Amino acid sequence: MTEDVYIEAELLSILKSVPDPEIPVLSIIDLGVVRSAYLKGKDVFVEITPTYSGCPAMDVIGDDIKTELKKHGYIPKVKLILSPAWTTDWMTDEGKQALRDYGIAPPMDATSDKEALLGNKRVISCPQCESKNTRLVSQFGSTACKAMFKCEDCEETFDYFKCLT
Amino acid sequence: MTNENLIHYIHGIADNSMILGQRISELCGHGPTLETDIALTNIALDLLGQTRSYYQYVAELSPKDITEDDVAFLRKEREYKNVLLVEQPNTDFAYVIVRQYFFDVFHYLLLKELEKSKNVNFQAIAKKSLKEVSYHKRFSGDWLKRLGDGTDESKQKTQQAVNDLWVFTDELFHMTKDDQVVADAGFGVDNSTLKSEYYTMVKSLLKECKLQIPEVKYFQKGGKKGIHSEHMGYILSDMQFMQRTYPDMKW
Repeated sequence: MTEDVYIEAELLSILKSVPDPEIPVLSIIDLGVVRSAYLKGKDVFVEITPTYSGCPAMDVIGDDIKTELKKHGYIPKVKLILSPAWTTDWMTDEGKQALRDYGIAPPMDATSDKEALLGNKRVISCPQCESKNTRLVSQFGSTACKAMFKCEDCEETFDYFKCLT
Repeated sequence: MTNENLIHYIHGIADNSMILGQRISELCGHGPTLETDIALTNIALDLLGQTRSYYQYVAELSPKDITEDDVAFLRKEREYKNVLLVEQPNTDFAYVIVRQYFFDVFHYLLLKELEKSKNVNFQAIAKKSLKEVSYHKRFSGDWLKRLGDGTDESKQKTQQAVNDLWVFTDELFHMTKDDQVVADAGFGVDNSTLKSEYYTMVKSLLKECKLQIPEVKYFQKGGKKGIHSEHMGYILSDMQFMQRTYPDMKW
């Protein structure tokens, strides 16, 4: 989450309870897709931004936000915005740790990411055994936002959340 | 510049993503390996997502009360303004990769310029898409190297794909009247300015892959004016089937 994001304090805990439908250990706040949430009486205006243009989770996220806010007596309006474009920098540290615990390697910084995805350097740590002896299997994983890696030590394959800056 | 100019310009960009996305999605569940299958499906999804952003903007600009779905599912072949390259069939994996690489390099250069557009919608879509397309270009470029510099068979098949698809590359840089009007207004990109950098990049990778650069006297064109190859009708009949069979159906 960055400083230019405004989320009304009383809405934050509600929005935090909405998980990402594809990576349920992450809340949409940890993921950084909520860009603003304003309150006007009982009306709530939420702006969300997609991680990837074609992300099929966005419709579900929008619906989940509405359902959750309605439960608390609000009248929600959700708008999808494209600018500024989402970056992995908006993911919170808690979010990154949650990813690791879940078995997905969190995004590295842009330079290391490039080296890793070009197969030049072994910099991605295995979320299972923390070994850096890992190799790229495919630049695309189970969703557009992830790449697939294999750990040469524990021999587990795992997803790496690609860096997007 | 009228809204009509702008709508035609957007079709010229978005229809490429729509049709290529549809083409690659045909491979979902049919890719040569699980990893390439997933990768291509992901790329198709990115392209489809980008298309939606453009088509939503078209629907906003249109004087008629339409949605993005009308733009995708209710236009006829002649109204589609994609280049011929993206409608070419998935003959084999080499074709898929070469077609993808030829398009990705162009797409990347285009978005890098569109990002500087005076139009805020174009800026936003281009910035978002550019991040995705950088991955596409890396994927297709890496595979092109593996295939071109691989076995005798992969090399021969890739060379065949390069020879057959090269004739469609020149059309990427053609400008329609609408393109020119929108580019002159500072909203759009003059594609012809991307040409030399494009060929420098593509030729240098082909050389690295030890592939021959074809010599072509006449390039194919027509898609940008709505004159498509025979493949296009089949793509649309697949893509628009549900909406044509059950008009106004909702998901």
